[in-house]
Amino acid sequence: MRFVSPEAYAKTLVASVQEYSLLCAQAIGDVFSRPRYMADIYTQMDSIGVGSLPIVVLTGFFTGCVLALQAAVSLKEFGAVNMTGELVTLSMVKELGPVLTGLMVSGRNASGMASELGSMKVSEQIDAMRALGTDPVRKLVTPRLVATVFMLFFLTIISDACGIAGGAFVSVAMLKLNAGTFFHTGYMSLVHGDVVEGLVKPLFSGFIIATIGCYYGLRTTGGTRGVGQSTTQAVVASSVIIILVDFLVTQLMIGIFGR
Amino acid sequence: MAETVMSPQMSEFLASGQPMLEFENVSIGFEGHQVLSEVSFSVAHGETRILLGPAGGGKSVLMKLANGLLEPDSGEIRVFGRSLQAMKERDMYEMRAHIGMVFQESALFDSLNVEDNVAYRLEEEHVDPQEIHARVLEALSFVELDKAIDKYPSELSGGMRRRVSIARAIIGRPDLILYDSPTGGLDPITSMTIIELVLKQRDVSRTTCLLITHRLQDAFTLATHRYNMQEHHMEPIPNHGIDPSTRFLVLNEGKVVFDGATLELTHTQDPWLKEYIE
Ligand SMILES: Nc1ncnc2c1ncn2[C@@H]1O[C@H](COP(=O)(O)OP(=O)(O)O)[C@@H](O)[C@H]1O
Ligand SMILES: [Mg+2]
Repeated sequence: MRFVSPEAYAKTLVASVQEYSLLCAQAIGDVFSRPRYMADIYTQMDSIGVGSLPIVVLTGFFTGCVLALQAAVSLKEFGAVNMTGELVTLSMVKELGPVLTGLMVSGRNASGMASELGSMKVSEQIDAMRALGTDPVRKLVTPRLVATVFMLFFLTIISDACGIAGGAFVSVAMLKLNAGTFFHTGYMSLVHGDVVEGLVKPLFSGFIIATIGCYYGLRTTGGTRGVGQSTTQAVVASSVIIILVDFLVTQLMIGIFGR
Repeated sequence: MAETVMSPQMSEFLASGQPMLEFENVSIGFEGHQVLSEVSFSVAHGETRILLGPAGGGKSVLMKLANGLLEPDSGEIRVFGRSLQAMKERDMYEMRAHIGMVFQESALFDSLNVEDNVAYRLEEEHVDPQEIHARVLEALSFVELDKAIDKYPSELSGGMRRRVSIARAIIGRPDLILYDSPTGGLDPITSMTIIELVLKQRDVSRTTCLLITHRLQDAFTLATHRYNMQEHHMEPIPNHGIDPSTRFLVLNEGKVVFDGATLELTHTQDPWLKEYIE
């Protein structure tokens, strides 16, 4: 390992942030201008959305199950077991659904994008694309960005639903609670702001997954070893940033809706 | 592929007699490591310029500079008479439409089959699908690879990939072709068939080209052979003739050490160059 001076490190960091911002700006700009690669958008939607469905359903469902179990233990002490539904629903919709779906899709797709684009970069396919008259950002990054943001939104809704179903399943089958009460308290506890918060978060996460995955992919150097490094870095960076942005968005939403 | 539909600007440019490609004091380095320093040369219309030099000497970098895939730190590059430094991104794509490029490792798109790889440029230009198919067949038959049309790059041998790559470069009927080590990593017999294709392209359509090779043998084959269009094979130019449009450029450690015709290279007095040619 080579040690670099703090100054040099800061310089590369600033340069990377600048490069990343330019990539984001260009990818967004390309959404609003022609030519658009619709076929690539559909392919990516299939791979990101449909492909991630099983893991999102499973993680959502079992997270709901665990949440119900844990909540029941704590709530029993206060004699408030009947509020399990409220706790599961609120946690899933506001926090766990969006964050866990984001992290799952990040692990699956940010890595996939980084390794696919990274392999294309090191085998000169990106250069070949430019030589053949195609802008790689328009052709590769923008479709992934559009597809991830769009699909993550719906995946999050599915995850929320599965989580609540999981919580209900555990409450009814293991805790012997009333299903009607579970859903009723859950439903009554949600207000407009909670739903908005839960649905805004995946928009940010989707943006982060696609742009970070593509950014690390496109800046890959150093052969197949470089591809491995980019993949790892993309997952780590996107996961951390998803949680960080989740914190910021939560803070913002509390400011707006007061809860 | 003989007839080329030319844009008015292009025919006007060709009539002006300016060089197709021109480097003027071009330098580029990566992270403090100088790769090319003060490189100047030009490639005239119809010329076959062979770029020689030891590995790591910056040949591939030079070729990417010529296509605007990299930007020089200083100096000026003119392609078809227009300075790349003065071009916007959009003009750059327009210019690349007139350039065909064969990459060192072929750089075929893994996710597309041979037909779609070769058709890529035309698909991007929204050419009529029937015409695309006809031109893909034409390009593939030029490289003698008609049978592989439905295969994927992973199913092809190194030589076949190189042929597909050549077909992809020539389908747009370019005015300038850049070949980056088309015989790199191939066995001698396959290399010879690839060189034969380059020669065929040169003699059939007289396209200007820049070719990198590390095999001197390939370079001298190009200089001393011609394509016999009646019998469809290459043959030595009679009476030890030398193709007048084949010229050489030798790079060493980022500097031009030779720029001239075949005989000047073979009769050089420069000790380093002498040893290199041996
Ligand atoms: N994108 C790049 N980033 C950093 N260094 C590069 C890059 N491209 C080429 N180089 C360096 O430039 C030098 C010349 O490379 P190249 O042009 O590929 O040589 P060759 O003459 O064998 O084709 C090498 O030392 C290589 O490491
Ligand atoms: Mg090279």
